[in-house]
Amino acid sequence: MKNMGIIFKRELAGYFATPLAYVFIVIFLVMSGIFTFDMGGFYVRGQADLMPFFSFHPWLYLFMIPAIAMGLWADERKSGTIELLMTLPVTLSDAVLGKFLAAWALSGVALLLTFPIWITVNYLGDPDNGVIVAAYLGSWLMAGGFLAIGSCMSAMTRNSVIAFILTVAICFVFVASGTEIILNALRWAPQILIDAVAALSFLTHFDSISKGVLDLRDILFFVIFIGSWLFASAIVIEIKKAN
Amino acid sequence: MIEISHLTKTFDGFTAIDDLSFTVEEGEVLGFLGPNGAGKSTTMKIITGFLGASSGSVTVHGHDIATDPLAVKSLIGYLPEGAPSYPDMTVMEFLEFIAAVRGFSGEEKKRRIAKVVREVELGEVCHKTIDTLSKGFKRRVGLAQAIIHDPKVLILDEPTDGLDPNQKHQVRQLIRDLARDRIVVISTHILEEVSAVCTRAIIIAAGRIVADGTPKELEARSHLFGAVSIQLTQDFDLAAALEGVEEVADIEPSDEERRRFIIIPVPGKQIFSKVLDRVQSEHWPVAEFHLVEGLLEHFFRSVTSQGAASQPGTSRGARASRQSANQQQG
Repeated sequence: MKNMGIIFKRELAGYFATPLAYVFIVIFLVMSGIFTFDMGGFYVRGQADLMPFFSFHPWLYLFMIPAIAMGLWADERKSGTIELLMTLPVTLSDAVLGKFLAAWALSGVALLLTFPIWITVNYLGDPDNGVIVAAYLGSWLMAGGFLAIGSCMSAMTRNSVIAFILTVAICFVFVASGTEIILNALRWAPQILIDAVAALSFLTHFDSISKGVLDLRDILFFVIFIGSWLFASAIVIEIKKAN
Repeated sequence: MIEISHLTKTFDGFTAIDDLSFTVEEGEVLGFLGPNGAGKSTTMKIITGFLGASSGSVTVHGHDIATDPLAVKSLIGYLPEGAPSYPDMTVMEFLEFIAAVRGFSGEEKKRRIAKVVREVELGEVCHKTIDTLSKGFKRRVGLAQAIIHDPKVLILDEPTDGLDPNQKHQVRQLIRDLARDRIVVISTHILEEVSAVCTRAIIIAAGRIVADGTPKELEARSHLFGAVSIQLTQDFDLAAALEGVEEVADIEPSDEERRRFIIIPVPGKQIFSKVLDRVQSEHWPVAEFHLVEGLLEHFFRSVTSQGAASQPGTSRGARASRQSANQQQG
């Protein structure tokens, strides 16, 4: 546990030692602004909530999160530091969790820095702040889901660009499986299959959380989803570290 | 003590290490030699717990790496091949990270970092990013992280690779200083390094041990042990001139220089002074006369090239050299 904290700190400091963290945060904030005010019709809707802000998050994360996840393990493999890290007295789970949590913390910081939007909506109207808090939590959980996929993809290769592309592709599957387009295309299939596909989608679970419904099942979905992908990361690292 | 017993490692059907067994005791500086791809690095990666063995076992001070990896990793200081470190960190940040993972904090951590910085002379680059350092400094950073916890066992994969002669000298001195009451295992291609720092050398080829002994013992096993190198100034019939010296087994022309010959003694015999007497009393046209040097290299080449040429190899290689020894005696 102590070593997990040390690795977490090193990784987080690593993001801020390079421009990566700043670029990520700035682009994230700019994109959030564009999506919310321009494309989301924040003012035109005339409603005091942050739906336009949150509803674009899955699509924003689709490209932003893989960018911070891609180097998690690929860079360690490329520079050979994985050999250093894995021969220090740390367990594999310390390393996997420490790295994941550092990336998750970075995405959390970016998310928290969107607070001016929250202030704006409170200034303009009288929103349900409980719903907004729930939506923030849901958004952060969803970011964790994207990151966990990214961790596993990054462990697969020593090339971070490949890791990025793989992560985007797989994340896209987990986002798109909840869209009307995909679900309509599956109309021929038994209802149980359609429900299963929809149930695996981030959109399904994020939608209900972002409406302020903090269902334990939705939270559990993300927790288990993250856990499973991190477990897969550990297995992949173990198998692949030889080459 | 490191005990390696019947260690085998295969990668997708390729056998990198083939039934390797040896032990290393405290106070030994073991030089691990072999051609590229012989399995040196793989063996080190298994001892340090980076790779798992396909079969066989490794124990370090009684802890098995397979069942108790953290205990073994705490005992070992390891410099991986190429001395990897995090390029975006400064030397100080990096050493602080390693010290923290090794369980040090507060004053103790500061003291240890200050000590290794002094030992490997990193003072001037402490606050530079590792990315910007020269190869020599990067290697020293790698050494610093390996010794920060005063490890009982130090495993260094090519510690002097890429260093200039002064830096090599420095690192060797450091290794000698560290060697007291601990185990040091280094892998290297540089055979002079083995004679300079190692108390024992193991040569592996194609994943098997082909020789194991002190550097002196291995030198003595070279067929050129005690041989004399002679540089003539003009054409001269050496064979005729050496007629009647029983201890001379063979005279080989050198493939490196014209008019240089190697006079090889019958195994176990000394010829230097006898031949020197003749040179002086009969006024041979000699420019240079000395014992053949680089015996370890000759020995290394003889055991590893045979091993590589004939695949399962070592037994056939050994037989071949026995035969030639017999011929020389007969």
